[in-house]
Amino acid sequence: MKLRMHRSTLGFLAGAVLVYAFVQILISTGALNDFWNTIIRLGGALAIVSLGLNLIYGFNGQFSLGQWGFYAIGAYAAADVTYRWQQLHSASGLVVLLMVVLLVGASFAAINRALSRIRGIDTLSAFALYLVGTVAAGFVAVAIGQVLIEPVTSILSALPPDLALQIVFVIAILLAGAIAAEVSYLFGLPVLALGSDYFGIATLGFTIIVKVLLDNSDTLLGFVEMKGARGMVGIPKVTTWFWVAFFLLIAIIVTRNLLHSSQGRAIVSVREDEIAAKAMGIDVARQKTLAFVLGSLFAGVAGALYAHINGFLHPNTFNFIRSFDPMIIVVFGGLGSVTGTIFGAFAFMLVLEGILRLILPEGFETWRYVIYPLFLLVMMLLRPSGLFGTYELPFLKQILPRLRGESNTTESPAAAVAGAEAEGASR
Amino acid sequence: MQQSISTPPAISLSQRIIRSRVIGRALLIAIALLAGLRLVQGLSESPILFMQQIVNGIQLGFVYALIALGYTMVYGIVRLINFAHGDVFMVGSFVSYFAVSRYRLHLWLANLLPDLSPDLALLVGSVTVILLSMAVCALLAVTIERIAYKPLRNAPRISALITAIGVSFFLEYFGALPFVFTPNFITNERPFPIVTWYINNGLHQLEPGQTVPPGSVTFSNILVIILLASLLLLVLLQFIVRRTKIGKAMRAVAYDKSTARLMGINVDGIISITFAIGAALAGAAGVLYAIAFSQVFFAMGILPGLKAFVAAVLGGIGSIPGALLGALIMGQAEVLSAGYISTPMRDAIAFTILILVLLVRPTGIFGEPEREKA
Repeated sequence: MKLRMHRSTLGFLAGAVLVYAFVQILISTGALNDFWNTIIRLGGALAIVSLGLNLIYGFNGQFSLGQWGFYAIGAYAAADVTYRWQQLHSASGLVVLLMVVLLVGASFAAINRALSRIRGIDTLSAFALYLVGTVAAGFVAVAIGQVLIEPVTSILSALPPDLALQIVFVIAILLAGAIAAEVSYLFGLPVLALGSDYFGIATLGFTIIVKVLLDNSDTLLGFVEMKGARGMVGIPKVTTWFWVAFFLLIAIIVTRNLLHSSQGRAIVSVREDEIAAKAMGIDVARQKTLAFVLGSLFAGVAGALYAHINGFLHPNTFNFIRSFDPMIIVVFGGLGSVTGTIFGAFAFMLVLEGILRLILPEGFETWRYVIYPLFLLVMMLLRPSGLFGTYELPFLKQILPRLRGESNTTESPAAAVAGAEAEGASR
Repeated sequence: MQQSISTPPAISLSQRIIRSRVIGRALLIAIALLAGLRLVQGLSESPILFMQQIVNGIQLGFVYALIALGYTMVYGIVRLINFAHGDVFMVGSFVSYFAVSRYRLHLWLANLLPDLSPDLALLVGSVTVILLSMAVCALLAVTIERIAYKPLRNAPRISALITAIGVSFFLEYFGALPFVFTPNFITNERPFPIVTWYINNGLHQLEPGQTVPPGSVTFSNILVIILLASLLLLVLLQFIVRRTKIGKAMRAVAYDKSTARLMGINVDGIISITFAIGAALAGAAGVLYAIAFSQVFFAMGILPGLKAFVAAVLGGIGSIPGALLGALIMGQAEVLSAGYISTPMRDAIAFTILILVLLVRPTGIFGEPEREKA
């Protein structure tokens, strides 16, 4: 097989490796102390959440404030898996979560298949069926999981402890993304049909519900090790810069390739004009669900990375006030600009948590949050379209569909829609 | 579409079930039944306690209503979720704190005319505090609108929304600075002493030092004041919106901004007035809230603001009666779910109710279906 790559692709990959290596060298040589090391990793996690939101809001036009809730779900799910492995020497979290993810996913697929034969089912009924399926699959999964805990624990224990921890960690990240995606699928089913602002409020409600549940995770949910409002401690700190950079790169490439495909153009067409998209034969509900689920998957993965940076989780981190952070980053970087989002996330972390903390004199730390909204205000007044507007790096730009009003030289919109339609029909 | 043509005319049972949407409704009815059952159980266990909860819920609901009106009016007219509104409410509470606890403004008439009956002087003084708070909040909101929102009127809606979040952060964290409102909880003095009544075979006043006899529902003059003040303001608002020229202009701008401008309406002025009226109501709510809970705090606007906003959405955002109804539902939902379902879960339950209502009526109880923009 002959691998052919565009020049900009090579340039991008080389640049990504260079940036990774540069930061890695700085960390290894100790030029970046722990403080900056942590901030860079936090920035990477934030970039992944924001990329997810950019997909949902920037490219699909769904005003979601629920991103932070999925981030929280990912963080706690992954933390529970690694905590049980590291502190309790049991693979119970891993096995049960894996089973839940697999069986719930299977039940979704089965219900989806069954429902696709029945036309005209209302979203609420579909939601009820999926809910019943989820609960049933969950119970079965826990029962199967109990049986598998012992053998899996013994297999993993046979490996060297460091390797076993890394394996558990990586699987936990993937499971965290998967569980966030499944929850978002279930939640998005009835809610995505709401109008834009109402959808925003419903997702804000989701974030608040998740936060309240986490506040009571030890009593109501029965996860004693999460310790509810006291905060979860003892999570292994295994998120290195390598893992952050790795998952960020994957998120970027997935976003870019998705948006390049006819599927991606269908997603963007929903943002541009829902009714016109529908008239062109695009399954609007399907595109919305796809973007929402994928965005939430990113959030779950980012949450898992975040949980293992400080080794400490507190429900207050997932307060709804903070759920505006990814939204602010996406708008600040430039709505619908992947480059802007990544830059925005790192700038947000570096400036707000790093530089402002250092330059403000003793006793003036609280001024950070006075300066930051003022900056945001000035920014919005001077550049409402965000820092980067619609600018993209060549690797991303060559491909991404332009915003409305700009001439699209590479491909006419009609061709894009026709492509999406053809793909939809072939299924 | 092609498939529906090819289906045989005889509809199978499963098809009939699907068409009648019965599964989704069954889910909702099951949830409603569970909650209703719990409430009936609570009512039968102790009717007095249940009534007490309802009374407390009404008090909370009317405060939410005053805040919700500001959200709903501003949204109706500029389609902006004004996240800074809750913080305007917080500023209103602090005006009450500074006026009453620091500068004893509520006593000005009593100090000026010592011969006047103390009750009347206190009443005038308290009304002055409310009016002052309303004026300060209205001024603040108009300033915010002029500086932060007006330049963005033709920008994408998200820019204005982010700006609103920025203003909200600014008000909170500027307020948290040590020389402004300080980051602490501050005890707020009430401008008047509390008088408590209880209903137990008729209405009785609770004497100082007396304990409430068992089996009675109590309420204080705070409830009476909140009820009277809110109802008065609501009637006034309804009068302004329905009967005055400004109200007519507001409705016209809300319906169609560019046409309203063609009709000679000063659109920017009307938008400012809308912000001012909404903020004045939030200012009054701030004073009443500070009196009811006798505590002020720089971040106190976040949760009541959010709940009031939810109330506005629940009732159908843009609708004034909807905001009132939604707020009363939110007040009851909060108190009853804290009392009968789960105290820590009450915020989650309030939002669950919101989501469920939106699923049945996607634009809220009194909301109009969204108009398609040509």
